[in-house]
Amino acid sequence: MRVVGQPVMKKDAMALVTGKPVFTDDMAPKDCLIVKVLRSPHANAVIQSIQTKAAKLVPGIEAIYTWEDVPKERFTMAGQTYPEPSPYDRLILDRHVRYVGDPVAIVAGENEACVEKALRLIKVQYEVLPAILDFKKAKDNEILVHPEESWRSLCPVGADNKRNLCAVGESHDGDVEAVLAECDEVVERSYHTRACQQAMMETFRTVCFLDTYGRLNVFSSTQIVFHTRRILSHALGIPKSKIRVFKPRIGGGFGAKQTVVAELYPAFVTWKTGKPSKMIFTRMESQTASSPRHEMEVTVRIGAMKDGRIRAIDLFTLSNTGAYGEHGPTTVGLSGHKSIPLYGSLEAHRFAYEVVYTNVMSSGAYRGYGATQGIFAVESAINEMAARLGMDPVELREKNMVREGQYMPAYYGEQANSCALDRCLSHAARMIGWKEKYPARDMGNGKVRSVGVSMGMQGSGISGVDVGSATIKLNEDGFYTLSIAAADMGTGCDTILAQMAAECLDCSVDDITVSGADTDTSPYDSGSYASSTTYITGRAVEKACRKLEEKIRREGARILDCPEDDLEFDGHRVTDLRDGRSISLARIAESSMCGSTNALQVTESNSSPVSPPPFMVGMVEIELDKETGHVELLDYAAVVDCGTVVNPNLARIQVEGGLVQGIGMTLYENVQYTEKGQMLNNSFMQYKIPTRLDMGKLRVEFESSYEPTGPFGAKSIGEIVINTPAPALVHAIANATGIWFTDLPVTSEKIAMGLLEKETK
Amino acid sequence: MKLQMELNGKKITEEISPDLLLLDLVRSHGCYSVKRGCETSNCGLCTVMLDGKPVLSCSVLAARASGHRVETLEGLEEEAKEFGTFIANQGAEQCGFCNPGMIMNAIALFREYPDPTEEEIREYLAGNLCRCSGYEGQLRGMLNFLAYKKEKQTEGGAV
Repeated sequence: MRVVGQPVMKKDAMALVTGKPVFTDDMAPKDCLIVKVLRSPHANAVIQSIQTKAAKLVPGIEAIYTWEDVPKERFTMAGQTYPEPSPYDRLILDRHVRYVGDPVAIVAGENEACVEKALRLIKVQYEVLPAILDFKKAKDNEILVHPEESWRSLCPVGADNKRNLCAVGESHDGDVEAVLAECDEVVERSYHTRACQQAMMETFRTVCFLDTYGRLNVFSSTQIVFHTRRILSHALGIPKSKIRVFKPRIGGGFGAKQTVVAELYPAFVTWKTGKPSKMIFTRMESQTASSPRHEMEVTVRIGAMKDGRIRAIDLFTLSNTGAYGEHGPTTVGLSGHKSIPLYGSLEAHRFAYEVVYTNVMSSGAYRGYGATQGIFAVESAINEMAARLGMDPVELREKNMVREGQYMPAYYGEQANSCALDRCLSHAARMIGWKEKYPARDMGNGKVRSVGVSMGMQGSGISGVDVGSATIKLNEDGFYTLSIAAADMGTGCDTILAQMAAECLDCSVDDITVSGADTDTSPYDSGSYASSTTYITGRAVEKACRKLEEKIRREGARILDCPEDDLEFDGHRVTDLRDGRSISLARIAESSMCGSTNALQVTESNSSPVSPPPFMVGMVEIELDKETGHVELLDYAAVVDCGTVVNPNLARIQVEGGLVQGIGMTLYENVQYTEKGQMLNNSFMQYKIPTRLDMGKLRVEFESSYEPTGPFGAKSIGEIVINTPAPALVHAIANATGIWFTDLPVTSEKIAMGLLEKETK
Repeated sequence: MKLQMELNGKKITEEISPDLLLLDLVRSHGCYSVKRGCETSNCGLCTVMLDGKPVLSCSVLAARASGHRVETLEGLEEEAKEFGTFIANQGAEQCGFCNPGMIMNAIALFREYPDPTEEEIREYLAGNLCRCSGYEGQLRGMLNFLAYKKEKQTEGGAV
C-alpha cells in the first residue's frame, strides 16, 4: 500500500501547533449571551419554591428559566442510536434534583459578571430528602432516585425505576457451577473500580444561534452531531428539521462528548430568546456535572486445573450509573463481553449484572466503556491464579488465551477472524525482559523492582447498529472533497480517512479535503464512539471511493469514446490502453461541470454484523518504595494488534495516551464524595491527572493481524489502549509487596498501609 | 482603570476593570491561542510570556501586565511553526487544545536551557498537562527538534 500504513502528518496539525482559532469558543459570535446554570447543593431534594425576581433585575440579564418553564417530556442525554438503551429519565430542568450539581435554573445575560450576580440572587427553597450514595445499597432501597411516573425505558434492558434499577441482565454458556466444582483451584475476588473523569483539556461547550431560516444552529464540541440533533429535538419538543448541529475542532473527548452535556442549556436559551448564546463549562462543572466512567464492583470466579487449564469464568458486575442512566445499560455489558473472551479455553462462563441509580453525578461513556473495569477484574484474578498454581502468568496465558479462528461464546458468539494476541504476548515479554525480571528483585535500598502483565481487548464499532457514511466528490483541478460525520476529536480520523481515500483513488492525501461533521451537509454517521470510526466509517470511505473511481472511468470512456474495459485510471489520467490516448483527471472534472448529467459524487454507508476485537498485551516494570509505598514507573511495553496500522504515528500516540490515562486511573484518579454527596475532587488541584513526571518510559509496538471485514485489514485502536495498565500495575505491585490490591486507585498510602499491616501481622 | 502594554509588539491602551485577568484580556484582543483549561493554575494551557518569562495568564491580573511586554503564540508564529512541526511529525499535537501553552513553555525552556536533558524537559514542562498524547510523543518531538537545532548550529558554525 502506498498511503495506508504511512505516518502522514495530521491535516489540521499546523493550525493546531500554531494556535489558530479553530475551537468552539474561538469562533463564537462576539455578542453571545452567556449561559450558566444554578446547581443543586443537595444530593436529593425537591424544589419547594424558586424566587427569581431579584435576579431578573440585575442589569444585563436576558432570561432566567426554572423547571416550570421547560418541556415535561423525559429524554436521555446519552448519544446512542435510537431507540436508546439508556432510560428516558431527564428533563432540561427538574423539580426533583438528584445529585449535588443537578441544574436548578438557567440564567442568560450579557456578560459573565451579571450572570454570576443573578445566580447568587436566586432564592431556592428545597425539601431535602435522604440520599443514596452507596451503590451497594441502592437496589430495592426505600429511597428512590426516580420515583416519577413519567420515567420510561424504551428498550428491554431490565430497568425498573421502582427498584432503583437502570438495567439487569444475564447470559451464559455451559454449566459454570458444575465446571467450577470440578476445578482444582478457584480464585474468587471482588474488584472495585472508581468513577474517573475523562478530563479532556477543553471542557464541555456549545454556541447556539438562529440562522437565516430561523433554525436553531448548535455549534458544539461533540462526538455525535446526529444524536445531538435528535436529543435536542426530544428535549426541546421541536422538530428535527428546525435544528442543525455541527462541530469545529474538538479539544479532546474520550467519550465525555458522547453525551449531550452542555448543549441543552444554550439551545433552550437561543430557541426561547432568538439570540445567540454560549455555554462554556468551568473545569469545576466539568468535574462535578458531567459524564465520568461508571464505578463498578466486578466479582469474578475463575476455575483452573493444576496443569494450568482455565475452565470457567463466572462474572457479576454491579455498576453505578449515578442520578441518571446515560450509558448505564450498555457500559456494563462490556465488563463481561469484552473480558471473558480473552480466554479461548473456557468450557463454561456466566455473566450477570445489575446497574443501579444513586444520588451522585450521572456516569457516561469513557474510553474503554466498561471493558476497562471488567478486564481489570479478570486479568487480576488470572494473575492471582497463576501465583496460586505456581505458574508463570505469561505461560498460563499462552495455554489459555483466545486464538485466531476460535469462536468466542462470551463475545456475542463471534469468531476471532483476526487475532495476533499470541504474538503480542511473546513480543511484549521480549521487550520487557519478562523471563529475567519476573516476578521481582529487591534492590537492597528499601526498593523493589517488579513486573506485571495484562492482556486486553475491545470491539470495533457496535455490530449491527453503528452506521458510518462518506461522500466523496471530484472537483476542478482533480481534487476531492470527502464529507463525513465521524468526529475528529484530536484522534486524527479526518487524516486516516483521507489516507484511505487517497489509497483508493491513487492520489496524495493533500488531494483530499475533509469536511464535517454537520447534520445539514454530512452523510449520516452514528458518531465517533465505540471504536467505530476506522473500522465502520473507514469501510464507507473505501466503498464510496471505489464507486467514484468507476464513475471517473465511465466519464473518461464517454469523452475518449471507448469501452470502459479498455481504460486504465492511474489517479491522474484515464488512458485508453489500446491506443494510448488519455485524458487528465482535471479535464474529466471540468467536463463533469459542463453539460454533464453524470454527478462525480458518491455517498456510501457501511455497517457491520460483527465487531472484530483488537487485542493487546501490556507489561510494566515498576520500582516500589517499601517505606513510602511510592510506585515509580520504569518501563511500559505495549504490543497491539489493531489489524492493519493505518497511520503508525497516530496509532502509537493513541496507545501512549491511553496508557497514561490508564496509569492515572490505577494510581490516583478517583471521584470521591463527602457523606452529603458533595464532590471532593472538583478541580485539577484535587483530581490529579498524570503529568510528564509520572509516566516513565512508554514503548509501543504492533503485531498486526489482517481483519478481512475491515478497511485494508484494519480494526480499531482508540479504546483498547486504556485497558491494560490497571491489571498490569496491580500485578507488579503484588509481585513487589505480596499484596493483591482489588480496590482502585492503588495509592502510595494504600500500599504503605498495606505493607505496615502485613508487617504487624 | 487604564492599561497600557505591549501585546505581540503592538502597543495597546484601554480602560479595564481591576479584576480582569490577563487571559481574558489577550483573548479579547484576538489571541485565541491562549486557552483556559482549569481555574486552579494546574493545566498550563494559558501560558504567555510576560517580559519574556512564561506565566499563567489565568493567575495574572491584566493590571499587573500594565507597562510590560506580553507575548502569546500569535506573536511567536515562526518559532511555533518551526518547533511545532516536530510535534506534528509525531502526531503528538492530537486535539491541539494544550499545544499553545505547552509550546510557549517549551520555547521558554529552550531559551533558558538550549541543551536540556530529558529530565530537565520533563520537569520544566511538568505543569503543562496533556490528556491525549501521553507525553511520550511530545518528548520525541522535542528531542528531534533539539537534535535538528544542534545540527543547524554546527552547520552554521562550519560556515
